[in-house]
Amino acid sequence: MSVLTRVIPCLDVAAGRVVKGVNFLDLRDQGDPVELARAYFEQGADEITFLDVTATVEDRATMYETVTATAEQVFIPLTVGGGVRSADDVARLLAVGADKVGVNSAAIARPALLDEIADRFGAQVLVLSLDVKRTGPDRAPTPSGFVVTTHGGRTETDLDALAWAREAVERGAGELLVNSIDADGTKAGFDLELTAAVRELSAVPVIASGGAGAAGDFAPAVRAGADAVLAASVFHSGQLTVGDVKDALRADGIEVR
Amino acid sequence: MTAPSVVVLDYGSGNVHSAAKALERAGARVELTADRAAVQAADGLLVPGVGAFAAVMAALESVRGGELIERRLAGGRPVLGICVGMQVMFERGVERGVDTEGLGEWPGVVERLAAPVLPHMGWNRVEAPPESRLFAGLEGERFYFVHSYGVRDWSLDPHPRMTPPAVTWAEHGERFVAAVENGPLAATQFHPEKSGAAGIRLLENWVAGL
Repeated sequence: MSVLTRVIPCLDVAAGRVVKGVNFLDLRDQGDPVELARAYFEQGADEITFLDVTATVEDRATMYETVTATAEQVFIPLTVGGGVRSADDVARLLAVGADKVGVNSAAIARPALLDEIADRFGAQVLVLSLDVKRTGPDRAPTPSGFVVTTHGGRTETDLDALAWAREAVERGAGELLVNSIDADGTKAGFDLELTAAVRELSAVPVIASGGAGAAGDFAPAVRAGADAVLAASVFHSGQLTVGDVKDALRADGIEVR
Repeated sequence: MTAPSVVVLDYGSGNVHSAAKALERAGARVELTADRAAVQAADGLLVPGVGAFAAVMAALESVRGGELIERRLAGGRPVLGICVGMQVMFERGVERGVDTEGLGEWPGVVERLAAPVLPHMGWNRVEAPPESRLFAGLEGERFYFVHSYGVRDWSLDPHPRMTPPAVTWAEHGERFVAAVENGPLAATQFHPEKSGAAGIRLLENWVAGL
């Protein structure tokens, strides 16, 4: 394919601060999402994703300020997710400087939200985030063996993850951010079966998320079908730079910027 | 020498904030407005555009954008269209079976690309002709695209007494027009304001010609 594999650092933000452990030696303020986003931009990040993890009403205004300040300095696409409940929420985020908006639990509660956003702004702004778990002996099975969860994996729905991904694309999602709750935090690599299964059914770009622990973890996700790879803690900890990940991808014959 | 002035046409189209900031970075004085006098007085006019072709055309018409653009071009005053702001410069756009008339500055139809994965989202290479001014110094660089529709055929016959347009191509599933430089009217299908240092450089090249 002609379009390059994207590497996307993800920042969890609450009340204007990055909440996951950031350990960058060269940052003045370790918790400032704007400064961190700029550092990743300078490392060669292809996009930045902000996840508003609290998304309370008071935090909302702070998030808008963060997005605006970032968009003024970081000239790559910026996706903002967390707490998006209406097309008006999307309008507001785009107006303050977001390029794409991630939607998760609100679309599970009311799938027509996806149609409303896509009809008003186009599919290209709409990223459906899925937090996916495998069904096991203690969990009710779904046809695909993958189930959609909410609240960071703490709450299971009865939605089959692949069926939901397919429906979301039909409704107008322009991209799928597939986060494996099982792999998340393990640093044992991406869930390649999940990535491949979503790629199989989807004609929109797929972002693989959850499980990155080493530079060598990214290429298998791309080979499994991911158009983009997303990670948080390996970058925030200073363990890997975006450049390290791109070097590893290049060494594996995968084209990056 | 004062910096060239650029108006970013404000007609409620998506993320105009980044375009304004990127132009400032590229050395322009920027104003976000749809005021007729300001649009005509500026050294350059940037026409952003995000969303469906028909919606963008309707929004443009709500500020009489077509007329504003036409008047500038008639006077040889530079205009730069970005993304759907480029697409509307063509005759027609066909999206989801809806056929919408564009501004018709260039012949051609904006249609859904034939590609296995759409939207075409991410960084891609472009093939610019040697005479391009926008892409000067940018050989081999990548630019950020996000779109599902594009123009496959460039069919404007060169006028014998005018400089032929510089047409830049890209490929995603099939070849499509990535940028056009045609006298005062230039446009890019990708987002220079989202294309990092390479995008800023392209905007500098445009601002330098104002």
